[in-house]
Amino acid sequence: MSEPLIEVKNLKKYFPIRGGILQRTIGYVKAVDGVTFTINKGETLSLVGESGCGKSTVGRTIIRLYDKTDGEVFYKSIPIHNLKKNELRKLRPKMQLVFQDPFSSLNPRLRVGDAIGEALLDHGLISRNELRDKVIETMEICGLAPYHVDRYPHEFSGGQRQRIGIARALILDPEFIVLDEPVSSLDVSIQAQIINLLMDLQQQKGLTYLFISHDLSVVEHISTRVAVMYLGNIVEMASRDELFDHPLHPYTQALLSAVPIPDPDLKRERIILEGDIPSPANPPKGCKFHTRCPLAKDICREQVPEYKDVGGGHFVACHLV
Amino acid sequence: MAKNLVEFRNLKTFFYTEEGVVKAVNDVSFSIREGETVCVVGESGCGKSVTALSLMRLIQSPPGKIVGGEIIFDGRDILKLSDAEMRRIRGNEIGMIFQEPMTSLNPVLTIGEQIMEPLMVHKLMTKKEAWNKAIELIKQVGIPRAEQIMTSYPHELSGGMRQRIMIAIALSCDPKLLIADEPTTALDVTIQAQILDLLRKIKQERNMALMLITHDLGIVAEIADYVVVMYAGKVIEEAPVRELFKNSKHPYTRGLLKAKPIIGQRQERLYTIPGQVPNPIGLGDYCYFSDRCEYAMDICHQKIPQLISDENGHKVACWLYEGEWKK
Repeated sequence: MSEPLIEVKNLKKYFPIRGGILQRTIGYVKAVDGVTFTINKGETLSLVGESGCGKSTVGRTIIRLYDKTDGEVFYKSIPIHNLKKNELRKLRPKMQLVFQDPFSSLNPRLRVGDAIGEALLDHGLISRNELRDKVIETMEICGLAPYHVDRYPHEFSGGQRQRIGIARALILDPEFIVLDEPVSSLDVSIQAQIINLLMDLQQQKGLTYLFISHDLSVVEHISTRVAVMYLGNIVEMASRDELFDHPLHPYTQALLSAVPIPDPDLKRERIILEGDIPSPANPPKGCKFHTRCPLAKDICREQVPEYKDVGGGHFVACHLV
Repeated sequence: MAKNLVEFRNLKTFFYTEEGVVKAVNDVSFSIREGETVCVVGESGCGKSVTALSLMRLIQSPPGKIVGGEIIFDGRDILKLSDAEMRRIRGNEIGMIFQEPMTSLNPVLTIGEQIMEPLMVHKLMTKKEAWNKAIELIKQVGIPRAEQIMTSYPHELSGGMRQRIMIAIALSCDPKLLIADEPTTALDVTIQAQILDLLRKIKQERNMALMLITHDLGIVAEIADYVVVMYAGKVIEEAPVRELFKNSKHPYTRGLLKAKPIIGQRQERLYTIPGQVPNPIGLGDYCYFSDRCEYAMDICHQKIPQLISDENGHKVACWLYEGEWKK
């Protein structure tokens, strides 16, 4: 077993809701409500769940783009939420983020080469005359042609922009990259290109990924382990094969059965969940999933299920397992 | 066999931009039969939405213009109708739902007002009749507490609920055809499953034709009777759903099917189609897929392949099948 690179212990992130004439805090959106997991060096942990489940907030709180509300995050045993600003800044190049939307995450007035090289220069990791060569080298690794270096973002397609986003993260020689829905806005033929690129880079450079996605078929392809989130909590976590072959939580089972499969002959028993996700500002008591769970019993409405290991690193939080 | 409800005949919809002419829909022909679900698949910019908007005559002009072809709907050429005649078809005989249910509802009108409007305009119902019909429709699309929903505003509803309301509005006048443009793209998978289920149910109950536009081949396999694949403004393949998935012909269709990761089928590496969709401006006379195609021959770079059909009606536009298949 390889060593953990990231350890997250009981992490919580609440966003205040302000209201009234004095704009006082009148409640909290419990975006992340106590999650615990580790990410081992060189693996891809995927966080899956529907919109509003807190998966992106986890990704951003881990690299301290958001300050935590409670809990701990360790990067190589360093508690990153206790670091001073200048200490954190030194660590920043090692932890990078790639965003979902390649259209809004690039500055339209900045040449692509400058956008990719900016951080390297800013962190004082390279001299100006070496910069251009390094940028071009990174662009080539990411499948961009060297003559693209002086172009502006609007001249690129979605897939190419996502390559720029990856190059921008990669040039800092990071160890850990949070990939927040990196292929969701891309067409199928381009999506496959980017997924292959990410997997190649991981192999060549021993990168560790936190892959945030709602697309379970992509997750099954790319992950080492998978964690399923619902309303701010992890409800199930296991190795990729274990989770997809033996899902235990009713929510995981419903999610898997809801994914359309491109085979017109396939007849499946589909679990259709009733209703919508409740608001994270006012989550249900007991098991948060009980309002939509087809198997809910009395105990589910009253007690929060324990998040326990059912063997072989397969964790699940459900009274019925 | 049911008769054709819609026939696109050599439809050409072009956009005149500063950079040049974008042939968004370039000589497209296919039909939709009564009660049939036809899925139009393709990647962004392939012209699938513009085809649907041309049928509704909702192409903004300028810059867009339908420059050629015919669209026969229920025996009439849509493109020759007056604006007043067209208005009687739109929302009445043809309903349409869009990808983004938030932006397609009016934020300052209640849900009730928005469902009642087409009923009062097209069906000449009184306010009272329209109110009752609206409540019935809301129940039909699976939303409880219909009376309360009638007086709510769109922002008070979730994305899935808003899409259900859109479906209720589109169904209000009992259309013969429902056009759904990426109806579940903005929704979560569990909500998507609900909406697809609802569309399937409603279609069966009403024997209504459905033209569903999507990029998701999983959805196509689930709901379609017949599939039309588009690439860069052209139909490159069409066939009944089973035939298309089991026996796809065009290298692009095959590539799309292979490039998509599938749940339960793990593979080491995904197949990729190299390159990207060509710039739609200034395309010449050659197969638009030729520069990405691993089977490309000399002729592919010189002439546009025509859509040809095999004896079972499976159609493909590709030089690989020329000669084998008849025009």
